[in-house]
Amino acid sequence: MALAVENGRRMFDYWLTVYKRTWKGTMISSFLLPMLYLAAMGIGLGSFVDSNGTGALGGVSYLQFIAPGLLASTAMQIAVGEATYPVMSGLKWQKFYHSMIATPLRPADVVYGQLAFIAFRVFTSCAVFLVIIALFGGLKSPLGVLGLPVALLVGMAVAGPIAAYATILDNDSGFAMVFRFGVVPAFLFSGAFFPVSQLPDWIEWLAYVSPLWHAVDLSRNLSLGTVNPLLALGNLLYLLAWFLVGTRLAVRGFTKKLIG
Amino acid sequence: MSDGASSVGQVSEQRESLVHVRGLRKSYGDFEAVRGIDLDVWRGEAFGFLGPNGAGKSSTMRMIGAVSPISGGTLKILGLDPAADGPSIRARLGVCPQDDTLDTELTVRENLTIYGRYFGLSRAECRERADELLEFVALTEKAKVKVDELSGGMKRRLTIARSLVSKPDLLLLDEPTTGLDPQARHLLWDKLFRLKQAGVTLIITTHYMDEAEQLCDRLVVMDGGLIAAEGSPADLIRDYSTREVTELRFGPDVMLADHDALAGKVEDLAQRIEVLPDRLLLYTDDGERAVAAVHERGLEPAAVLVRRSTLEDVFLRLTGRTLVD
Repeated sequence: MALAVENGRRMFDYWLTVYKRTWKGTMISSFLLPMLYLAAMGIGLGSFVDSNGTGALGGVSYLQFIAPGLLASTAMQIAVGEATYPVMSGLKWQKFYHSMIATPLRPADVVYGQLAFIAFRVFTSCAVFLVIIALFGGLKSPLGVLGLPVALLVGMAVAGPIAAYATILDNDSGFAMVFRFGVVPAFLFSGAFFPVSQLPDWIEWLAYVSPLWHAVDLSRNLSLGTVNPLLALGNLLYLLAWFLVGTRLAVRGFTKKLIG
Repeated sequence: MSDGASSVGQVSEQRESLVHVRGLRKSYGDFEAVRGIDLDVWRGEAFGFLGPNGAGKSSTMRMIGAVSPISGGTLKILGLDPAADGPSIRARLGVCPQDDTLDTELTVRENLTIYGRYFGLSRAECRERADELLEFVALTEKAKVKVDELSGGMKRRLTIARSLVSKPDLLLLDEPTTGLDPQARHLLWDKLFRLKQAGVTLIITTHYMDEAEQLCDRLVVMDGGLIAAEGSPADLIRDYSTREVTELRFGPDVMLADHDALAGKVEDLAQRIEVLPDRLLLYTDDGERAVAAVHERGLEPAAVLVRRSTLEDVFLRLTGRTLVD
């Protein structure tokens, strides 16, 4: 275990070195989209929704209603982005994973280092986004900052399974499926913009399966001060299960691909 | 290959087996890439794997690199079992893979420093090592250039520099000069020779016979997952070819069938004769005498060449002239 931590840290260094060159580009992709949503939905659509009274949302502004969910959704999107193309590059295009396992690093160490870097990306991006949300008045209570660890958790919950999926693909066309049938519907029906109870039952249940709904629900309840401890614990355990199972799958996929 | 008695650990022999292989096998599904090979690589030597594509060289190299689990037999690397001690073994190996796996987005120097980190060197050690190695492979001036902008030869040199970051005991080079121009190849050979003089044990796979003759103290020729021959380049030439080869060309209008007939007239002049579409090869210890005898028999080849036997003759004899795809 100590070896895995040490080796994972060495591999994480690789990404920091790369990130020193690419961070400017990721600033735009990490912040532009969530900012646009925040502006268009929270402030644009929000002023329209709020003009009809805030009763339907339990007395909070629409911006405050959606901001915690947008934070969680941003986390998911960054994590998926970092677990798709970069992973395929390491395996197939630039093959840097192959040069790593010729050193003392093992496939599992490569996975841990990769996940650590995804965690770093999710955490730093979401921290900045959270500050912006707070400046816009998107947090109802100070507890809303706990949306940050929740965002990190949902990022980790999706990163493992997606990285595992990347190991079984022959080319990157499979990622379009992830975005079209995974990320986009999960985002739209996550409950970030409206309560999923508004949806037909079968879609509502699909939303409950998605890890993002759990993160959105928990994050919002923290900000709005409507936490139900039991439900919150359920949210956390569900996300944790995705993280643990996903990481296991990723280790298996990397091992098979790299030393098969 | 029946030298089972001289296995590792015999201190009396005063040579240490860095790679000890007995009955080694590797299969991928139903396909057997390596079908039971025995060999030892001694400390300080340069050991070569020759063989056509699909002979099992790269599979063997991956097993020796402790990244590919063995399917059968015994493999000890630096005295350790790769199944149990993979990371400790790899910590003492340098690997120069067939494809460049450099990070093209990073600079030349960053490629070295980050690789040193994988071995657990401190950042300061990595920087120091990177500068030494850039000097060694004559890339100091390119230190801050992105790898993308390097020529093929420079990339190979950088890959070799990278494999030396951890000061390995054993360096594995999989086709180190494939695709390089002659200048770049000679420069690389020079670097590899200097490493060998510095006491690094080298294991090299190659398609180039001149490379094998230049670099290897000892080599094996692999074919179809088995070892077809083993020895020093000189031993192999002595055992599997003659001292000289006489090449007779009879001009463009002489057909293969005529070559067969001509071969019949001279076959007693050589230990072995090979009939090719454009020429006859006479394997003999005295090429000039064979030429004289050919003329005495009234044959008038359009062109005659007498040359020394090379490893290439050995290789083609052992693995055939048929193209392997």
